[in-house]
Amino acid sequence: MKSFDWKRNEVLVFAVIVGFCVLATLRDPNFLSIPTLTDLMRNSIVLGIFAVGAMVVLVSGGIDVSFTAVAAFAMYATTVILRDLAPDMPWPMAFAIATLIGAVLGAINGVLIAFFGLPTLIVTLGTLSVFRGFLLTFVGTLQISNLPPGMRDFSRWMMVRGTNSDGSFYSLPWAFAALVIIVVATWFILNRTMLGRAIYAIGGAPESARRIGIDVRGTQFFIYVFVGALAGLAGIIHASMARISNPFDLVGLELSVIAAVVLGGARLTGGVGTLTGTLLGVALIVLVRNSLIVIGIPSTWQSVAIGVLILVGTGLPAWQAKRAEAQQT
Amino acid sequence: MINRILHSTEGRLAIITLAVFTTMAILVPDRFLSSANLTSMAFQFPEFAILALAVAVAMLTGGIDLSVVGAANLSAVVAALFMNHFAGEGTGTGLLLAAIVLALSVGLMAGLFNGVLVANFGLPPILATLGTGLIYTGLAIAMTGGSAVMGMPPAVAWVGNGTLLGIPVPLVIFAILAAVVGWALKYTAFGLKTRMFGANPLAARYAAMDTERVLIKVYALCGTLSAIAGLIVMSRANSAKADYGSSYLLLAVLIAVLGGVNPYGGYGRIIGVVLAVLSMQFLSSGLNLLQVTNFAREMIWGILLIAVMLINLVSFRRKP
Repeated sequence: MKSFDWKRNEVLVFAVIVGFCVLATLRDPNFLSIPTLTDLMRNSIVLGIFAVGAMVVLVSGGIDVSFTAVAAFAMYATTVILRDLAPDMPWPMAFAIATLIGAVLGAINGVLIAFFGLPTLIVTLGTLSVFRGFLLTFVGTLQISNLPPGMRDFSRWMMVRGTNSDGSFYSLPWAFAALVIIVVATWFILNRTMLGRAIYAIGGAPESARRIGIDVRGTQFFIYVFVGALAGLAGIIHASMARISNPFDLVGLELSVIAAVVLGGARLTGGVGTLTGTLLGVALIVLVRNSLIVIGIPSTWQSVAIGVLILVGTGLPAWQAKRAEAQQT
Repeated sequence: MINRILHSTEGRLAIITLAVFTTMAILVPDRFLSSANLTSMAFQFPEFAILALAVAVAMLTGGIDLSVVGAANLSAVVAALFMNHFAGEGTGTGLLLAAIVLALSVGLMAGLFNGVLVANFGLPPILATLGTGLIYTGLAIAMTGGSAVMGMPPAVAWVGNGTLLGIPVPLVIFAILAAVVGWALKYTAFGLKTRMFGANPLAARYAAMDTERVLIKVYALCGTLSAIAGLIVMSRANSAKADYGSSYLLLAVLIAVLGGVNPYGGYGRIIGVVLAVLSMQFLSSGLNLLQVTNFAREMIWGILLIAVMLINLVSFRRKP
C-alpha cells in the first residue's frame, strides 16, 4: 500500500468537495439530502463515462477532444436507425449499435494516431468537425423527441425511487449502473491486465515502452477504439435519459470533461492518472455546474469558477514540481 | 524550381490556394469573381486570420493558446461597456480611441497572465489557456449577464466596415499585423529566441536564454492580437458578446497547422499562415456560393486539416 499523501490531487479535490458541501449546508440546510445526492449521481453518469475515456487517453500521453462528436453521432444515428428500420428493438440492442458506431469512429482516430503518428490534439480537433459535420449534413439536424419504445423503457427503469419528507420526488435511473460497470471494467483493464500496464508505460515513456517489447501502435489503436465505444454508449444513455435525441447536444462538453479529469490528477504529459481522482473531478465539476448558486455565487460566474479550479488544480502540482526541480540543481 | 516549390510546405500551400481559387472561379465564375464577393471576402477573413496569427505564434514555442477567443471577447466587452458608459453626442472618435487603448491593455493583461502561468508556474500551455479561456469568457458573461452589449458610437463602425484608399480597413489591419509579426519573428532577437525555444527548450535554457521572459512576451503578443481581433468582431457585429466567434478557436488552430506551423514548435512561417487563411476563405466563400451548408463546410475543414497533416507527413518521411 502506498502511504497517505496530503499533496495528492485526489485528496485536494476531495477536500474542496467537502468544503463546498459544508458551505452549502450552512447556507441551505436542505442541501444535505437524498435528492441532492441522486441529482449529483444522475448528472454524473454521462460526464463520468466520458471522463473515464478521456482519462485513459491522457494516461497514454494523448488527448482526445472528438469524443463528444462521436457520442452525438452514435446517439443520433442509432435513434434514426431504430426509428426507421427497427422501432421495436429492445434497448440492449440499441446500446450495442451505439457502442459499435462509437468504436468504428474511434478506430478512425486510432488509425490516424497509431499508424500515421499524427499529433493527437490536431487529429481529434479535425475529426471533431468531420464527425459533427457529417452527422449534421448527411444524417439529420432535427431533434427526435418521439424516441423508440426500447429507449423509453430504459429511461423509466429506476434503481431508487422515493418521496422526500417535504413531498418532492427523487429517483436514480439504472443508467447509473452503466457508469459503475464501466468504472469497474476500466479499473480491471488498467490495473490487472498487461494491456493496462502497457497504457501507463506508453504514457510514461513511449521509447522505453517500445524497447521492452510493448506493441505501442496496437495499444494506442485499442485506446482510441475503447474511448470511441465508451463515447457511443454515453451518447445513447444521454438520449435515453433526456428522452430526446438532439444532434446538437453534447458537443462543447469536451473541455469540461478534460478539466474534470485533469482536476482529478491525470497529467497531460501521460503516465499518471487514477479512476478515483477522475470520479472526484467529475463530482466537483457537476457540483459547480449545478449548485454554485447554493453557496452564494451567481450562476453567471460558473465558467470563471471552473477556470479557476483548473488553474489551481493543475498549477499547484506543476509549481511544486518546478520548485523541486530548482532545488535539485 | 518546381521541385523546390513542391518540397517546401509553403510552396505546396501556395499551389493548394491557387487550385482552390481556380476551382471556385471555374465552378461559379460570375459570382465568385464578382467584385462584391471579393470585397466581402476581404471584410470576412481578417478577424479569424488575426486569431490564427496569435495561435501560430504560441505554437512556434511548442505551446498553444486556447484562450484567444475568450480574450478577444473579454476585450471587446470591456471596450463596449466603456463606450456605453461614456457615450454622448457626436461620432465619438476620441471615445473610440480610448476604448481601443483599453481593449488592447485588457488583451495584453490576459496574455501576460497566460505567460506567467506557463513560464513561471510551469503549467502545460493547453491547460493554462484552457483554464484562462474559461475565466475570460466567464468574466465577459458575468459583466454582461450573457447578453450582447449594444449602442456603440457611430465611429466604431469604421474599424470593421470602413475602407482606406478603397481597401477594407480590417484587411489593412491584418496586413500590417502579419507583416510586423512576420518581420519580428524573422529579423529580431525575440523572433530568433522564440523559434529556438520551440525547437529545443532545454538547449535554449542551456544557451543562457531567459526562457521565461521569451514565453511571457509570446503570450502577451497573443493576447494583444486577440484583443485586436475582438475589436474588429465588435465593430462588424456592432455589439459585443461573451460567446461571439466560438467556432473561431478550432478554425484558428486549423489555419495555423494548415499553414505549416509545427504543432510541436520550432518551425512556422507567417507567409504560410497567410496562404492558409486565403485558401480557407476561398473554399468557404466558394462553398457558400455553391449553397453548401455550414455543417458540410465544417466537415470539409476537418478533412482538409487531416489531409494536409498526412501530406506533410509523407513529404517529411521522404527526406533523408
